[in-house]
Formats: sequence, C-alpha cells, structure tokens
Amino acid sequence: MTDLESFRAEVRGWLEENCPASMRTPVPEDEIIGGGSKQVYENPEAKIWLDRMAEKGWTAPTWPTEYGGGGLSRDEFLVLQDEMARISARAPIQGMGFSMIGPTLLDYGTEAQKREHLPRIVSGEIRWCQGYSEPGAGSDLASLQTRAEDRGDHFIVNGQKVWTSGANSADWMFTLVRTEPQAPKHEGISFVLIDMDQPGITVKPIQLISGSSPFCETFLDNAIAKKENLVGKLNHGWTVGKRLLQHERSAISGLTTGGRSGRFDHTRSLPEVAKEYIGMQGCKLADAILRDEIVKNRMNSAAYNLTQRRAMAENESGGTPGFVTSVFKYYGGELGKDRMEIQLKIMGTQSLGWEGNMFTEEEKLATRSWLRSKASSIAGGTSEVQLNIISKRVLGLPD
Amino acid sequence: MALVLNEEQNMLRDAAKDFCSKNVAITELRKLRDNKDETGFDREIWKQMVELGWSGITIPEEYGGLGFGYTGLGVVMEECGRTLAASPLMSTAVLGSSCVLLAGTDAQKSELLPKIAAGELIMALALEESPHHAPHRINTSAAKSGDGYVLNGSKKFVLDGHVADKLVVVARTAGKEEDREGISLFLVDSGADGLDITRTIMADSRNAANLELVNVAGTLMGEAGQSADLLDRVLDIGRIAISAEMLGGTQEAFERTIEYLKTREQFGVAIGSFQALKHRAADMFCEIELSKSVVLGALSALDEDSEDIAKLASLAKSRLTDTYNLVSSEAIQMHGGIGMTDEHEIGFFIKRARLCEHTLGNAAYHRNRYGELEGY
Ligand SMILES: Cc1cc2nc3c(=O)[nH]c(=O)nc-3n(C[C@H](O)[C@H](O)[C@H](O)COP(=O)(O)OP(=O)(O)OC[C@H]3O[C@@H](n4cnc5c(N)ncnc54)[C@H](O)[C@@H]3O)c2cc1C
Repeated sequence: MTDLESFRAEVRGWLEENCPASMRTPVPEDEIIGGGSKQVYENPEAKIWLDRMAEKGWTAPTWPTEYGGGGLSRDEFLVLQDEMARISARAPIQGMGFSMIGPTLLDYGTEAQKREHLPRIVSGEIRWCQGYSEPGAGSDLASLQTRAEDRGDHFIVNGQKVWTSGANSADWMFTLVRTEPQAPKHEGISFVLIDMDQPGITVKPIQLISGSSPFCETFLDNAIAKKENLVGKLNHGWTVGKRLLQHERSAISGLTTGGRSGRFDHTRSLPEVAKEYIGMQGCKLADAILRDEIVKNRMNSAAYNLTQRRAMAENESGGTPGFVTSVFKYYGGELGKDRMEIQLKIMGTQSLGWEGNMFTEEEKLATRSWLRSKASSIAGGTSEVQLNIISKRVLGLPD
Repeated sequence: MALVLNEEQNMLRDAAKDFCSKNVAITELRKLRDNKDETGFDREIWKQMVELGWSGITIPEEYGGLGFGYTGLGVVMEECGRTLAASPLMSTAVLGSSCVLLAGTDAQKSELLPKIAAGELIMALALEESPHHAPHRINTSAAKSGDGYVLNGSKKFVLDGHVADKLVVVARTAGKEEDREGISLFLVDSGADGLDITRTIMADSRNAANLELVNVAGTLMGEAGQSADLLDRVLDIGRIAISAEMLGGTQEAFERTIEYLKTREQFGVAIGSFQALKHRAADMFCEIELSKSVVLGALSALDEDSEDIAKLASLAKSRLTDTYNLVSSEAIQMHGGIGMTDEHEIGFFIKRARLCEHTLGNAAYHRNRYGELEGY
C-alpha cells in the first residue's frame, strides 16, 4: 500500500467511527455551522462532529499543525474530501475564517498573529466577518474612508462599513482602514483585525431582495484596534487586502477543493426538476427550446467543473492561485445565475411563490435562491470588475 | 483523469510547435490555395510529419505506430490548428486508422496500419450524404455479391476524398434511413470501377470531395449491419481530435487579436484600453480556459477508455465550435477593416472555424446528443 492508500484507509476508518449519523445527511441552509460565540447548536451532534474534526485539525486540513491545522498535503486533503463525500458527511464548519482571513494570515501574518488567531478559527471558537465595502467604496474599494488614527499601542477607528455579511454573528472583523489620508489612495490603507465585542461597534442587519438578512451595516465609532492586530506593514494593507480577495474568489469558485463541494444540499439537478414540471415526450423533455437551454447550462457546468479540476492539477502546491481566480469568480457567478433563471422557466409560476402552503418547500426555496443568486455576480467583486482584472492582469491590456 | 500534460507530451508539443511554425505556417496554406494545388496539401511536408511519427501516433507499436495515445495526437492536432496546417492527419491518422483499428479484421490491420504509419497510404471516411452531419441517416446501399458487396449511393464532404488511396464507406446492408441496425463499413479502392470522385473546393482551402458510387465493389469491415457502435466511436475520436485542432486555431486567433489590441492606436491610445473591447476579450479568455479543459478531459478519456467518451466528445465538439466561432468572428471585428482583407491572415481562421463547425456535427447537434446521453 502506498502512503496515500494507507492514509485513505485510516481516514475512512476514523470517519466511520466519528461522524455522527445525523451529520451524514444533506445540510439545510439554516443548519450550516459557522461557529463563534453566537452559534447555537440546535443539533448537539453538530457540536460533537465539529469538536472531533477540530481535534484532528481537519476543519482546516491543510493548515500547519502548529496552528491547529491538519497539516495535510494537497493529495491527502483530496483524499479526506473524497472520503467525506463518500459518506455524505457535512462540512463540520465553514466561513470566512477558513476561506479568507486564515489563508491570508498564513501568507502575511506574524508568528504571534498566527498563533493567536488560527487555532481559534480551527476550533470554531471565533467567527469572522469582512469589513471591506463602504457606502462610497464598492468596486472602487481603494477609495475607502474609514479612518484609523494611531494612538501608540492602538488605533482609534471611525467610519462605516456596509454589506458586512454575518457581522451580527461574528466575533472579529478583518477590515481595511485608511491610515494615511494624504497618500495616493492605494498607499494609505492598512489591514487590521478588530474585536467586534466592544462599545465602539454597532451592527444593523439589512434585508435582501430574497427576504433574508445575511448582511449588515457596521458602524465604527471610536472603535479600538490593537497595534498587534495590524496585518502587514502600516499603509501596506492594500497588498494584503488584495491577496485576501484572491482567497475569497478561490473559495467561492471551489478552487481550493478542485470543484468538490463540501455541501450536499437538497437541490435537484435541472433535468430532474424538468422531468417533473415539463414532462417527457418519448426520450426527450417535452419542451425542445427549454431542453436546449438546460443542456447548455449542464454542458457549461461540466466544462467549468473540468476547469476547476485542471486548475487544481496544475497548481501542485495546493495554494490559492493568483489572477485566474477572477476567471472562476466571473464564469461561476454567471453560470449560477443562469441556472436559477432556467429553473424558474422550468417551474413556471410555481417558482414565484413567496409564502403559504400553495407551494412546496422546494418551490419556495427556488424563488428565494433565484433572487439570492443575483448576488453571485456582485459579492466578492462584480463580474465587470473580474473582467477588468482579467484584461489588465492576465491579458496585459493597457489602462 | 489527467488534466495536465506529462513530460513526454510536453516534449511532443514543443516539437510540433517548432515544426509547424517553421514548416507549415499560414503562408503555406495561402500558397496551396493560390496555386490551385491539385493535392491540397504538400506531400513533402506530409512526409516529414510521417517521419516525426504523426501518421502513426495512435497506432499500436505492433503495427508500426508510435502508440503514443490520444493526448499525444491532441497536442499535435492543436499545434497544426494554430498554423492551419493542411495535411491528411485527420482523414488518415485519425478517421482512417481508427476505422481499421476498431473494425478491421486481423488481416486488414496487419496490412493497412503499418502502411498508414509509414505514410504509404492515404485514407478517407465517406460518411455524410447531406449538408448536415447525420451519421445514421444512411441511404447508400450495400448488397451482397459473390464474396463481396456492391455499393450504390452518393457521399458528400469526404475529407481528402480525392487524394485517398482507400476509402471507408458507410453503407446500409439492412434497415431504413435512420436505423442503427444495418449500418456497415466497407473498404473501397479509390480506383474502383463505378466510383466517381469530385474534389470540392471549400472556403478554408482544404480538401473535401463528393462521391458517386454505382455498383462499386467493397470489402466488409466488421460485422454486416452491426457497425453503428463502432462508427460512433470512430466519430467520437474524430470529434475529439478536431476539437483539439480547433483549440489551437482559437488560441492563435485570440493571441493575434490581443496583440493587435495592444498595438493599434485610435483616439491617441491603444484600442485595447477601451473597456468595450477589454470585456469581450476577457470573456473570450474565460471561454478558452474552459475549452482547454474539455479538450484535455476528452483526450484523456480516450486514453483511459473511459465510459464518458461519448459525452466528453460532444461536450468538446460543441464547446469548441462555439468558442472558435466566437473568437474567429470577434478577431475580425477587433481588427476592423484590415481584418476583412485577404492579405491579412486573421481571416483564414474564420473560414477554418466554420468548416470545423460542420465537420462531425455542429454545436446544436452535440447539445442534442449530450441531452440524449444524459437521458432527457
Ligand atoms: C450578498 C452580498 C454579500 C456581500 N458581503 C460582503 C462582505 O461580507 N463584506 C464586504 O466588505 N462586502 C460585501 N459585499 C459587497 C460587495 O463586495 C460589493 O457590493 C461589490 O464589490 C460591488 O460594490 P457596490 O455594491 O458598491 O457596487 P458599485 O461598485 O457601485 O457597482 C455598480 C455597478 O457598476 C459597475 N462598475 C463599477 N465600477 C466599474 C468599472 N470600473 N468598470 C465597469 N463596471 C463598473 C459594477 O460592476 C456594478 O455593475 C457583499 C455584497 C453582496 C451582494
């Protein structure tokens, strides 16, 4: 047996023994675990599962063991993913700690910062949110105005962030602040970590068109950020912040896992749904035009998935690739929106129900997911911004 | 599934790139066209390709081939696609040799494969009977006569048909027009009595031919009436191979266009600084990245003899058709007036793209097939 095969056997045995039965089922949206002090574990097995995985470091499988991670190589990580998928094991926890700030601290954090923050992400103790966008700074993120003044061992931070996903359930926020107002806009920014549990911070949930409120306005009013929580050098936060965005896009696009999704949800494939709502005529779907749209989306998804796997195979180190993350962010976002539009056409008016018992749960979810899907080409940098990045950084087209 | 090239395949790619750019640049195709060359490719160049082993690249070593596999074939096709190199690779090394390998008797394999590998035999597959790809809509008939068969019917768009030494003709020994049952493959000598071959001059300056068959003698390959599955596999190999060629042409047209966007100035700036063009370029880049993956995926499925070959073949042929069409059309638009001139090479790509589109099924054909293969 090769090392990898014996690792697989070991993982399989361990999962068999340690993954609770209720954690081997598809995870509904409201049971996804994000951790942190405000997390409620409705199902006690979710907490058991989290603790056992965290103990092994397998909540962050590829992070070094000295920071609580699993220390797995890329290939071992894929084995773990495969074995979890085999028994439909839920991801024990997910969130911005794992996909964004963790990898960024590994790139740019000091030894002390890594030791302080990473283990508490791995264990699920601390949940993070992202304080980037401001009312006046979206795509043009570098024009941000939230001000941090140097007060010796700490900064005093004043300003407003917006669209802060999960701010109301987060313990800490990583954020970009202006530390040098006189400098050109990219050069006066710093990247700091802020404890949300302080009087200077207020969060107000905002409702989305889909009806849910996953994101917030975040007001900083003389909030305190300790100097030891400055990541990267003072006024060099833009570099750190941009790298974080690559980790973000990579995670959104399933690049770190080579297209394997840690989630096994209830959503049925478009053909399955179409068979029910449209019906078959002989061995084909009864609506030829809709069928063609479905096939196109399926084929594009298959091509996208092969590309995720290729990117994974090309990137042997297993780290987050650079600018090509924009390719995935752009294409994946558009593909996801397209899929939901087609689903609407398939289900007709049954997919536009808002509430009440004239619609099934699946149908109501379709309505909400369709609306929610519109964010996939906005959040994490809009599609237009991704195209700007590709044309500038990948194709080298002039400004 | 191997989605990256190994070292050997990378070396082969470098060699192919080097050979094509030095010996079969687009200027060669232009010459063949302008000289109204009878053969439609340069036999001297083909000989050199044979020496490089390309004619036998997927033929097993026991039959004198390289046994290099389909991914190897793919990288060669891709490089040939970049320079629009005319050669009988597709007709002979892909379609012809696959027919023999999959449907031939042991005797036919031992006789023909070494000749193909040695460049002594040019082959062609006579399949289509209408202007649209319809591999099972076969009306050409084959009737038993003594030891062999006599074939009657007509064929269109036979790649390299007028220069082939031997043809594989798809004909029906039983059944009605669209039936799978009854489809058979026959080996026919190009000099056979009753066979009339007319070269068709196509927009891409490459070779095709129409055939008329009146009581032409043919030798059966495989089992009579039972070759639809074999034929599908041969065609899938062809679809994947031509997708690889299309990937090369797409990338070349795209890179030339990006270069133009950086150098051509209007309004005092490079036209590549206009966002209307940038976003279209970036969008094409994404489509090309996805195209690379499906071609590699499909080639590697052939090498691994995977169950997904048919689906991946349709995925590749459909996607590459769309992408090559998009990029070759945008290439002309972004070149402006100069893109419309015969003198500029960018126009060669749009012509080749459309011929490739109609070779072995266009995008809609393959979407329909993909849906069928997925069971809806
Ligand atoms: C569901 C959701 C969750 C989010 N979560 C977070 C979060 O947790 N933390 C956080 O900090 N932010 C978050 N965001 C904010 C997100 O990053 C921004 O919405 C996004 O970057 C766009 O900024 P904006 O909303 O100001 O739009 P604008 O920048 O005003 O854009 C408006 C339109 O103009 C286009 N545009 C802008 N500039 C250009 C240009 N140069 N070229 C071409 N077109 C351009 C855009 O593409 C867009 O179509 C979230 C957003 C959503 C929808």
